[in-house]
Amino acid sequence: MPESLLYGTEVVLNGLMAGVLYALVALGFVLIYKASGIFNYAQGVMALFAALTLVGIMEGQIPFAHLINAMFGTELHHFGWHVPAFLAILLTMVVMVFLAWAVQKFVFRHLVNQEPIILFMATIGLAYFLEGFGDLMWGSDIKTLNVGLPQGGSFWIEENTQWLGFGNENFYGFFLDRLDIIATFIAAILVVVLVLFSQYTKQGRAMRAVADDHQAALSVGISLNFIWVMVWSVAGFVALVAGIMWGAKSGVQFSLSLIALKALPVLMLGGFTSIPGAIVGGLIIGVGEKLFEFSVGPYIGGATENWFAYVLALIFLVFRPQGLFGEKIIERV
Amino acid sequence: MFYREAGDFKTNYADDNQTFPIKFDRYRYYFVLFVAFAVIPFLINDYWVNAIFLPFLIYSIAAIGLNILVGYCGQVSLGTGGFMAVGAYACYKLMTSFPEINIFIHVLLAGGVTAGVGVLFGLPSLRIKGFYLAVATLAAQFFLVWLFNRVPWFYNYSASGQISAPERTLFGLEVTGPNTTAWAPYLFCLVILTICAVIARNLTRGMQGRKWMAIRDMDIAAEIIGVNPLKAKLSAFAVSSFFIGVAGALFFSVYLGAVEVGEAFGINQSFLVLFMIIIGGLGSIFGSFAGAAFLVLMPVLLKNVLVGGLGWPTDTAAHFEFLIVGALIVTFLIAEPHGLAQLWRVAKEKLRLWPFPH
Repeated sequence: MPESLLYGTEVVLNGLMAGVLYALVALGFVLIYKASGIFNYAQGVMALFAALTLVGIMEGQIPFAHLINAMFGTELHHFGWHVPAFLAILLTMVVMVFLAWAVQKFVFRHLVNQEPIILFMATIGLAYFLEGFGDLMWGSDIKTLNVGLPQGGSFWIEENTQWLGFGNENFYGFFLDRLDIIATFIAAILVVVLVLFSQYTKQGRAMRAVADDHQAALSVGISLNFIWVMVWSVAGFVALVAGIMWGAKSGVQFSLSLIALKALPVLMLGGFTSIPGAIVGGLIIGVGEKLFEFSVGPYIGGATENWFAYVLALIFLVFRPQGLFGEKIIERV
Repeated sequence: MFYREAGDFKTNYADDNQTFPIKFDRYRYYFVLFVAFAVIPFLINDYWVNAIFLPFLIYSIAAIGLNILVGYCGQVSLGTGGFMAVGAYACYKLMTSFPEINIFIHVLLAGGVTAGVGVLFGLPSLRIKGFYLAVATLAAQFFLVWLFNRVPWFYNYSASGQISAPERTLFGLEVTGPNTTAWAPYLFCLVILTICAVIARNLTRGMQGRKWMAIRDMDIAAEIIGVNPLKAKLSAFAVSSFFIGVAGALFFSVYLGAVEVGEAFGINQSFLVLFMIIIGGLGSIFGSFAGAAFLVLMPVLLKNVLVGGLGWPTDTAAHFEFLIVGALIVTFLIAEPHGLAQLWRVAKEKLRLWPFPH
């Protein structure tokens, strides 16, 4: 095989892996949007918050240490213990459920029946709030997250794909990050679990009923409050998984919340209401932006990944306004 | 008692159609203009101008612009930062290419260029609606910032990639550059803001404004009663981008002086202006002012209290500010979705009946 084709293939593979991570964030969006019609801009910040909390619990940080120090002049930082990863993840999940409950109780219960755009802006407000809150609680320095996931390139894949070069000396096999491979598996499992949950459990069915028609769901005795808290909790769980993956990949830091912005074009491409759409959209965006950067990027100054996804989604939307798998938008006067 | 139409007889159509039909409002308006033009310039110093007045005036222009698009025409845009960057870079290129021309004209031309770019990015709004459009405008935001970062022509091949405003004078007074007297840039921005506000106010209460509002309330119904959605939406994008471009040009040339595009016109700028019009009130010119004043003053106040008064470290205070801004947005949306402007409206209604509410 010619060299450029091999490199292109590697770029595509890496793009697929990145796409999976985008899809992970996009999944959380879709879940909340389907169940409550809220377009949750705060999903990315929730991932950041979850990752911050996880690191904080694992390292035994004292919450609000900076604030307490500033107010009382103390020098508190750590409790001095380390919590094992598994337990810390469970505890973080508890925090995320509590967060879901609080968000529902204090924000969105008061905004029922408001226009979607108002709800969207409320989630932007929520994102700012959570960002400030998370940083105040755990400090804003870049943290490393290590929950025992393997990192670095996979030698096994490199060795076993070397023959594809057919004697080409410059080709050493495909380079794939082991973390990305694991992320792919976890994302696949997550999607299967979510689909099973929404298709075959009582709560899942109730969730779909709420998504279909709020009032009809109420009239057959489904508690909207409970369903919404549950959906936000599930979204919190997805955010936690995304937070762990991204945090392990590039450290827990502010830019983590920016992946939410990357998930937006993914959603537009896949359609806001479709779980498979989120996955396919993520893969298309991931591959597309890597390929574009690889092939066109060098000629026009590079760093095209910043905007390529949005422009691709924009062009795509002009031809198909509801996305790939979205429900057709029917408008009536 | 003093706030009614009673006794204020209008004898011709011009009087009947004026912007402020109530006498008290009219005098209040003249009073505010008088204070802004003839009192404040004598009282301010550099700190007041740079910390409060310039950002307030410039953000007001941007907020009015965005309010026309979001509040009046209902097209949510997250590309404000990008459009401000277009204004800034257009102004820079014009200032350096034609140094002999008046800066006032440059600023207006920069607004015109931005209007063109705005129309271009507004084209998808004919197909895409709601959230989809909001996300699509992000394409404008990121693409424009990237463009100004990567194409050296825009920053005249300067080594740092920054653009910095050359010194320009107006009527013999320096309005840009480091050697300005405090009140000159203030008056310059104030004049432009006043012009913009008057134009916006009259556009929005005239035929064009009603078309925009019809599109906002329901575009299909508006189309059926004869509003051309193509013209209405694109004109909203053009007018809005014009104001935002003017704001961006002033932000760069008068306020900051030197700009690095990613920092000054990033996505946070877009959200900041959006927050201004949410807190101030969607679909209200007064609301744009109120929101801009609120979000310019609050960080200054918080910083003075937390860092200056309580001695907190600046980064903790900055996080606290995020938290407060977020909580305020949510609170406003819950308690008063129409923002500060609605409080003002309610106060005026009460004042009409005062002191005999029955």
